[in-house]
Amino acid sequence: MAKPKISSDWLCGCAGCHMSLLDIDERIALIAELADLRSTPITDLKEPDEEGVDVGILEGGINNSANEEVARKMRERAKILVALGDCAVFGGVPAMRNFCGIEEALKRAYVETESTDESGAVPDDPELAKMTRARALQEVVPVDVHVPGCPPSADTIFHVLSELAQGRRPELKDELLHWH
Amino acid sequence: MVAQKVTIEPVTRIEGHAKVTIHLKDDGSVEHAYLHVNEFRGFEKFCEGRMVFEMPSITPRICGICPVSHHLAAAKAADEVYGAPAPRPAQLLRELMHMGQVIQSHGMHFFELAGPDLLLGFDADPAVRNVVGLIQSNAGLALKAVNLRKFGQEIISTLAGRRVHPNFAVVGGVNKALSAEGRDYILSGVDEAIATLQLGLKIMKDWAAANQEDINKFAVLQSGYLGLVKPGNALELYNGQIRLIDRSGAELELFEDSSYLDYIAEHVEPWTYLKFPYYKKLGWPEGVYRVGPLGRLNVSDRISTPLANEALKEFKALNPGHPVEQTLYFHYARLIEALYAVEQVRVLLEDPDILSTDIINTRHDYKGEGVGVIEAPRGTLIHDYKADEHGQLTKVNLIVATGHNNWAMSTAVDSVAKTYIKGPEISEGLLNRVEAAVRAHDPCLSCSTHAVGQMPIVVDILDPDGNTVRQLRRG
Ligand code: SF4
Repeated sequence: MAKPKISSDWLCGCAGCHMSLLDIDERIALIAELADLRSTPITDLKEPDEEGVDVGILEGGINNSANEEVARKMRERAKILVALGDCAVFGGVPAMRNFCGIEEALKRAYVETESTDESGAVPDDPELAKMTRARALQEVVPVDVHVPGCPPSADTIFHVLSELAQGRRPELKDELLHWH
Repeated sequence: MVAQKVTIEPVTRIEGHAKVTIHLKDDGSVEHAYLHVNEFRGFEKFCEGRMVFEMPSITPRICGICPVSHHLAAAKAADEVYGAPAPRPAQLLRELMHMGQVIQSHGMHFFELAGPDLLLGFDADPAVRNVVGLIQSNAGLALKAVNLRKFGQEIISTLAGRRVHPNFAVVGGVNKALSAEGRDYILSGVDEAIATLQLGLKIMKDWAAANQEDINKFAVLQSGYLGLVKPGNALELYNGQIRLIDRSGAELELFEDSSYLDYIAEHVEPWTYLKFPYYKKLGWPEGVYRVGPLGRLNVSDRISTPLANEALKEFKALNPGHPVEQTLYFHYARLIEALYAVEQVRVLLEDPDILSTDIINTRHDYKGEGVGVIEAPRGTLIHDYKADEHGQLTKVNLIVATGHNNWAMSTAVDSVAKTYIKGPEISEGLLNRVEAAVRAHDPCLSCSTHAVGQMPIVVDILDPDGNTVRQLRRG
């Protein structure tokens, strides 16, 4: 059997979940043996293979139009979609923006902050992504496996990866579902 | 013929969220290239109304690559707000944690990011040019790299029980003393870490010797430099005064972090969510400067630990009496700093106060405002809080490390595009160069959003009607 293909990416998160993935330390070599690591932030490939991957992993929630596109593409191309970390699972810290609203947040950052000079104005170039309400991944695309934690521990991530790499659905309980 | 536009989309996934557009003139030469940082989260606003003491837990979620920087900058600002300076042992422990982070972040950046480029070549097959490729081609070195990062992360988790988003610094100090076992455990890793970094320095110097031409041609920028220093202009990463020098190396300012608003302002452009800090007295864009490893070594005259100080002397000899300007030397500077951080770990652990349990100051003399500044791996990080009499935040201002280098990254991208695009033909090499221009500054685009790997890049060349006439892909 060919090694399962795994892709990962990040959306509106902080990269901490991918750092926790790297925190499996030397076990990364084991994962590289069991699975074919395709596009991820630690390898050098582009987006998930057009012909599809077995597992797609997304860190971070969705708070702008660019995140949305990335999430949809990963969903289309991955057989199993994993929401990695609190941001992806329920919005996490970035979802705090929903309480103050996008306009207020932009105005504070680009006009009102004490250090901002008179050039201050909300960036509005058409090349920039449009901000939206911050949402959990599952509010935008169906998710198959949820891995909570901010970030989930390296052991939890290793368990999830090695189960998926061996064609099984990971079960999270006890220590592996423990918030530290 | 009408002007065209080229979009280089680093496809956000890795950087998180940056892309480049290149606007061409009628003759196919470059009009201007823009680096768009394409993410905005809004911490400054949504933290209003939260309690000051929550900030060391909330703000690390700005960036999981340097969470300790935000954790500690927030704690330092919170100490000020509450008028509760941390006792010496707590300061030592915070600095120790910070050294752990510098080691893991710099180590990862050099070996796992830049390493594949330097060891396998900028133009190596992207399918192998990554850390997995490194494991396959040089397992011994890859294991050393993994262990170096692990050493840094283990310092953090020895102090705080976890590696990413530690919960350790609190208003007025830290929440746990260091045990003798913890100290010995960390000490046992110091020698190996030093050896790995010295190996890294050798790799770097060999590479520099073989690639002088590239180094001297590639995105060499003139700018000021800014960073913290200890008295006597020694390199400092945790707590010091802010020193700013001009492009010739002359000192412009030496100031207390709490007065940053007198010296630093931020410019806004409509095409990026990342602001552009600059030196107020010279104005925008005259007052641009760079931060991070290159900036810090340029503002420092010496380093307080012996091995790193020797390495600094060699580094300074690259351009005697003046700042080192070559952007690719960020990598070199990064290793010297990491070496300092490891040596400093030993200095801190051998301090008689390091096991003290006098780790928290509970006598508050409430001030209601405070500034916390720290040297994050990628540069000077500023947290500025104002709070009401209950400790509830009314104003938050953050200037993140990568922001200070925004001008440099944007300018480097523009200059690389202008150097390498001469006519309608756009070569594959451009993709690597543009990417390298951004990455040499090690943008934490998570702090605005960052790369742990290579940016996969797609360049769309569009005709005036917006149809793709050609596409280049790398990745
Ligand atoms: S869940 Fe936590 S660690 Fe993961 S991306 Fe979100 S803030 Fe970062």
